[in-house]
Amino acid sequence: MTTSDVTTQATKARVSTALAAFLSRNGSFEVLAGLLILTALLVLAFAAAHVVPADPSAIDFEALMAPPSVAHPFGTDHLGRDVFSRTVFALRIDLWMGVAGVAAPLVIGTALGLVAGYFGGWADAILSRIVDVTVAFPFFVLVIAIVGIMGPGLTNYFIALALVGWVSYARLVRAQTAVLRDKDYVQAARVLGYSTPVILFRHVMPATLPVVLVYATTDIVMIVLAGASLGFLGLGVQPPTPEWGAMIAEGQPYVVNAWWICLFPGLAAIVMGFGFVLLSDGLSRMIRQ
Amino acid sequence: MTFLAFLARRLAGTIPVLIGISLAAFLLVHLAPGDPARLLMGDRASEEAVAALRDQMGLNNDLATQYLNYMGHLLRADLGQSLRFQRPVLTLIGQFLPATLFLIGYVMVISVPLTVILAVTAARNRDRWPDQFIRLGAIIGMTFPVFWLALMMSRYFGVELGWLPVSGFGEGFTGHLRHLFLPAISISAWLVPLLLRSLRATLIHEMEADYVVAGRSKGLPEGLNFRRHVLMNSLIPTLNLLGVMLAYLIGGAVVVEVVYAVPGIGTLMINAVLGRDFQVIQGVTVVYALLTVLITLCVDLLSALIDPRIKP
Repeated sequence: MTTSDVTTQATKARVSTALAAFLSRNGSFEVLAGLLILTALLVLAFAAAHVVPADPSAIDFEALMAPPSVAHPFGTDHLGRDVFSRTVFALRIDLWMGVAGVAAPLVIGTALGLVAGYFGGWADAILSRIVDVTVAFPFFVLVIAIVGIMGPGLTNYFIALALVGWVSYARLVRAQTAVLRDKDYVQAARVLGYSTPVILFRHVMPATLPVVLVYATTDIVMIVLAGASLGFLGLGVQPPTPEWGAMIAEGQPYVVNAWWICLFPGLAAIVMGFGFVLLSDGLSRMIRQ
Repeated sequence: MTFLAFLARRLAGTIPVLIGISLAAFLLVHLAPGDPARLLMGDRASEEAVAALRDQMGLNNDLATQYLNYMGHLLRADLGQSLRFQRPVLTLIGQFLPATLFLIGYVMVISVPLTVILAVTAARNRDRWPDQFIRLGAIIGMTFPVFWLALMMSRYFGVELGWLPVSGFGEGFTGHLRHLFLPAISISAWLVPLLLRSLRATLIHEMEADYVVAGRSKGLPEGLNFRRHVLMNSLIPTLNLLGVMLAYLIGGAVVVEVVYAVPGIGTLMINAVLGRDFQVIQGVTVVYALLTVLITLCVDLLSALIDPRIKP
């Protein structure tokens, strides 16, 4: 065995150990890495105005579609606007889209799932029928149909999410509640004469929350990606407001010569998604242990 | 119970879902702000013309009567009339559906074998470097915006390298294969990670089952044990997941169709949305739902055929 062989093997082992630590089994490292990425993005979003080199909507006809350089790290677009500044400002809207978009489905779904799972009978039967019908529609198709009919924009996207997105949460919570209902501590609470709302929200709901929150963390990624897709199709956030999907749509006609207009917003979406998926993965491992 | 009886019961089970779909599609149009007749005719139409159309569309009836009317049309496979094309919506969908079906089939043919190979590799090398790389790749793959990936791939492989066409459906079977290659890869790149993560978890779970230990202790070769028992027992959960994922795949295909200008029903739907052609939006949505119901039905039947434990 030559020295170089030994070195390669050592490197291989080191890379392997590093990766193993990175995707560790108890998930704490993933949670940490995810939180680190998300915190950095959050700081960037809040400090956007102080970080970016240029006004995101400042048009500069002297520098149309300039390739990435020191002055413009991500280049400029067809109106000479700085792509880096726009990508950072879009972070605000896309982060907000994910976090605000997940709220209504989470609350509605959890409430309905609790009621259906706890009471069973008619409430459960009706909810199950509605769920069956909603999942018969491909999620994104139904969102496009609702936004398409109500009109483009972020508000209508949120309405569409509230109408469609609660289903997954209702299913998760319903299944767990149906099991929790018969646990000793819940029966004890019933015997002690606690009122039903107290039992449901103080004793049953907290036990369902970890799984719901883990799911919500991945759901945020889906919501941002679907929202960016809507922006790309012209049905979401409208230009000139900087939003990743809308920015990519604006850059599409020039993609052959000025690829940077489309490339960087997409990469930003990936970084953000990576943060959330890492967090979600790590959390779900921690719960399972 | 025989398979036929199972089939009959499963078919009967879809009837409430189909009724629900029709109701949802009916209510969908009522989400529109303002008067549907006015929206259909545009701002320049006269008050009388709008009133006439409202009457013709039955909008003066109460909601229940309107719904029964809509239901009656649906049962006769009448999805209404496209305002822009001045043709029945069903004819339009018939025109655009083949490209979408071809694309969905194409994605399946690419992603299912790829998923199985990657998941098996990862599970058999659990926590060693092939597993770590595959898992990391899967996490990154999940976060890709599909339309962005499609755009970047058409820019690089289509324009820069000139390997493949970047738009349209092409002529004949090989033409379709060539034209839809990049779209199919774009969708697979996002679908495979989702399937992969789940199949890997299932495989690892099965590998720790008692029957595996039993097989091992009676001297079954490790590879045979894995193929004959672990893989077989992981099929059903994966098949079910595939059914669910297909619904996502269909949704993701909409944007990819638009990027690559594939003449599928996704493109038809987006054009209808941009042109405010409500009947087409409604019709395409119903067809998408029917497609999903059909796929779910097939998955259930297939599971029942494969797995003797699923008591029909």
